[in-house]
Amino acid sequence: MAELAGSASAARRQPALAAPPVLWAGVAIQVLPDEARFSLRLPKAAAATAAEVAGFSLAVPVNRYAKNDQRWSARLGPNEWLLGGPEGDGGAIAAEIEAALAGQIHGVTDISHRQVAFDVAGAEAANILNAGCPLDLSLVGFPGGSATRSILGKAEIVLMRPASAPVFRVECWRSFAEYVHAFLAEAARDCPARE
Amino acid sequence: MLLIDCPYCGPRPEVEFRCGGEAHIARPAQPADMDDKAWAEFLFIRSNPKGVHAERWIHQHGCQRWFNALRDTYTDAFIETYEMGTKPSRLPDGRTTR
Repeated sequence: MAELAGSASAARRQPALAAPPVLWAGVAIQVLPDEARFSLRLPKAAAATAAEVAGFSLAVPVNRYAKNDQRWSARLGPNEWLLGGPEGDGGAIAAEIEAALAGQIHGVTDISHRQVAFDVAGAEAANILNAGCPLDLSLVGFPGGSATRSILGKAEIVLMRPASAPVFRVECWRSFAEYVHAFLAEAARDCPARE
Repeated sequence: MLLIDCPYCGPRPEVEFRCGGEAHIARPAQPADMDDKAWAEFLFIRSNPKGVHAERWIHQHGCQRWFNALRDTYTDAFIETYEMGTKPSRLPDGRTTR
């Protein structure tokens, strides 16, 4: 096998999307910088009692988000978590999870390069997401600290709302990134600015 | 939009779900002992009632878990959803189980 220049093992990471921020009255859509992300699966019994692994809070209800320092976790199902951390920590996170769960049945997969994240922020953010996402994104239906897998138009996304502020994080697969970005930009353009 | 009550996520819009056909069909313990007619019935013949029907559903664009649901095929009303491996509080014919 031909070795890459520089490092033999590290794949060169190409950005999936280089789009400038979309700024309209009431909303700003930005592509977020690269991060390390992992998909963690645990068996039913271990998932029910899991508390914290490698600095990630796992003991949150289904469809909730938690953040410790720079490491965040989103519980997408009864035994599935999406974990995220700083881009440079990927190797360390993987090693720490492996060490913490040694001897236990678990599945941890590095999905950093699969994911693209967007920030949708502003007073109209929920309305813009609702152009393609059927969830109730009001503070009652989707309060601060919510996170769930859902859909936007025809693409699957993970939607997170870290706090009560109207700042949403949208994660999608890199092959959907152009579509998701165009969909959000189109919705933002059509959204009338409120007086 | 029709809301379906996922046992893990709560009420969610129907476009996040996929239906997996009739529920509670046990695979025969000894397929080799069955004749072709019985095997074909197990594979292909389903009840298709007009009324309450037990179905498998998956929350595909959500928690991605399979669960069972009692749905009225005439009104499209979801009567009950329950986890895999459990029984509904009533059977499709209206009798209660618990």
